[in-house]
Amino acid sequence: MNTDTHAAHADHHHDDHSHGSLSTYLLGFVLSVVLTAIPFWLVMSGALPSKQITALVIMAFAVVQIVVHMIYFLHMNTKSENGWSMMALIFTIVMVVIALSGSLWVMNHLNSNMMPIHEMTGMK
Amino acid sequence: MSPDLLKLIFGRLSIDSLPLHEPILVGTFAMVALGGITLLAGLTYFRLWGYLWREWFTSVDHKRIGIMYMILGIVMLLRGFADALMMRAQQALAFGGSEGFLPAHHYDQVFTAHGVIMIFFVAMPLVTGLMNFVVPLQIGARDVSFPFLNNFSFWMTVGGAVLVMASLFIGEFARTGWLAYPPLSNIGYSPDVGVDYYIWGLQVAGVGTTLSGINLICTIVKLRCPGMTMMKMPVFTWTSLCTNVLIVASFPVLTVVLALLTLDRYVGTNFFTNDFGGSPMMYVNLIWIWGHPEVYILVLPAFGIFSEVTSTFSGKRLFGYTSMVYATVVITILSYLVWLHHFFTMGSGASVNSFFGITTMIISIPTGAKMFNWLFTMYRGRIRFELPMLWTIAFMLTFVLGGMTGVLLAVPPADFVLHNSLFLIAHFHNVIIGGVVFGAFAGINYWFPKAFGFKLDPFWGKLSFWFWVTGFYLAFMPLYVLGLMGVTRRLRVFDDPSLQIWFIIAGIGAFLVFLGILSMLMQFAVSFLKREQLKDVTGDPWDARTLEWATSSPPPAYNFAFTPVVHDNDAWWDMKRRGYRRPLTGFKPIHMPSNTGTGIILAGFATAMGFGLIWYIWWLAAASFIAMLAVGIGHTFNYHRDFDIPADDVVRAEDARTQLLAGAK
Repeated sequence: MNTDTHAAHADHHHDDHSHGSLSTYLLGFVLSVVLTAIPFWLVMSGALPSKQITALVIMAFAVVQIVVHMIYFLHMNTKSENGWSMMALIFTIVMVVIALSGSLWVMNHLNSNMMPIHEMTGMK
Repeated sequence: MSPDLLKLIFGRLSIDSLPLHEPILVGTFAMVALGGITLLAGLTYFRLWGYLWREWFTSVDHKRIGIMYMILGIVMLLRGFADALMMRAQQALAFGGSEGFLPAHHYDQVFTAHGVIMIFFVAMPLVTGLMNFVVPLQIGARDVSFPFLNNFSFWMTVGGAVLVMASLFIGEFARTGWLAYPPLSNIGYSPDVGVDYYIWGLQVAGVGTTLSGINLICTIVKLRCPGMTMMKMPVFTWTSLCTNVLIVASFPVLTVVLALLTLDRYVGTNFFTNDFGGSPMMYVNLIWIWGHPEVYILVLPAFGIFSEVTSTFSGKRLFGYTSMVYATVVITILSYLVWLHHFFTMGSGASVNSFFGITTMIISIPTGAKMFNWLFTMYRGRIRFELPMLWTIAFMLTFVLGGMTGVLLAVPPADFVLHNSLFLIAHFHNVIIGGVVFGAFAGINYWFPKAFGFKLDPFWGKLSFWFWVTGFYLAFMPLYVLGLMGVTRRLRVFDDPSLQIWFIIAGIGAFLVFLGILSMLMQFAVSFLKREQLKDVTGDPWDARTLEWATSSPPPAYNFAFTPVVHDNDAWWDMKRRGYRRPLTGFKPIHMPSNTGTGIILAGFATAMGFGLIWYIWWLAAASFIAMLAVGIGHTFNYHRDFDIPADDVVRAEDARTQLLAGAK
């Protein structure tokens, strides 16, 4: 009986969305490797003049990397799961942008308005 | 034994960790131990262990898990409320040179535990329990998407609660306030186990909350019955969806914040320290990015309950369904844009403070729209003042008041006067008790007959209602007055004797609430004894409108013998109006998930790991972690995951219902 239900269950996995092919997986893999290797090279060779620019460039590569993973490994597109994937993605981006930009804004204000703590301890 | 060996085995734990020198705790422990032994002996005597294990603890049935969440919430309410009574008594007594009866060390733990327990282990389980029980029934599903995960989530929540409760008798709890702000919560100022109990209690429970959020989102998106488009979903299901989206989006922030605090405390990083570039303000910022959505996580399902109750007991379709849905969605988004109003006074400039002040005020617009929708639903309705409706009306009056003081606090200059005062305490109890607690009670009274097959006794229910409502006003209106006079929160003793009368009134209010809780327990007991008189044979005792009332009370394990098909918002009302006839033949076997003990075992190991980490008992933490991995991997080889309820059993259950229905006519 057990094997029956198991076999019956195997049918349930034929969903409408794609599972990718060998070539898309390989493409995704190569892209990921390249997108990882470049930041490593940037840091190790010090090709860019300032550390800040390097950090920003690495972050940009990280964002592209996320997109590559979503397309080639998670098989997300605008139509998968009746558009729910896309909607969830947009919602996530909105949330992340709010949390990050808000925190930066708030902490920047606090940084410029408040006395640094180590100066206060020196005032005793 | 050598001290080194003892330390290896017991970590920081020693005989001194037991609070033998505190008479209040020893007395409490004696009571709890006595009660616990009686309970365990009773279960053994009546041979209930096997039944509980097979039918409840290992159950993957969303209805039973929902009921267990409710029991957890009510048990923890008793603990959290005991803390509240102690605080009220302390503050009413500690005048004119009196120190009251709670030493500072103990009092600080009491107010921290009160906040943590009431939010995480009372409000959250009550809300999650109702969603778990109701949502699959409302959307015509047989269970949630991931039934085993549901069981696991529940036991993780219990694991967190166990850790917090353990701190009462083994060691101590945090003395930091319910959000454990650093630097106070960092290792330098809180070297004891209190904050570690806080961290690991919340982390263990947080896993459960996040997973149950994912589970319910998936259930609502994927398992709706045919015909139920998004805009035909019952409002409670809509608010549940939004709440779980909030959970999934915000709880990871809490997890990360607590993890960073853990690193500060355990391995000496400096995220939130005063020196070496650490910033305690970052903790406050991050924890409120979680904390503000959290209050909407609690109150949105309550809004859903009130919507169902208002339309059922007014005998009318809900006024402005579409606007209700949009208001819910708007609140979901806006709840992420207001977190700074919890720390206006921390030093942001005028632009930041006014932005967050304005977004906070904007939230009152969709909330107000909801309020008008409920009022218009009642307008010209044939209102039946049953218990759920009474709680709903009390909510409307109370919540509007709390909402108005909230808008007042949203004005940054006003907040500079009222920040951390008892006015704030009064405000958030006003919205959380008036919104979430009254909502949970409306929900309990409304869905109890569905869960157990008999209604709750109205006499004791009304007694509880009046004690709660009058008690609430007596307890918290004085705090508004005191807050306006400048009394801050978390004080243990007072100098000004003119304040005492307000604290005494508040104490009397708390005592009335205590009577309300006792009446509620009495209501459960009396209803159980009178269950034959209060029996609901129809499955639809309130002449209600949504799908959960289409099946029997209590529903069979499979919820619906045939998946319903929906044509209208109020699906069951529509079916009744069109003369729906229950199918009596043609039943088929029903494919269902099997019970499993893996959830409770995994959660048990997680709790043991938390305990090991709290007390630095590293071998216990490591062993529990490995055991968790082993059990988790082992479970993937369990192929006994599902079974079929034979058609004969379905026929028997459905025939029994047919006879009941015939008898009712």
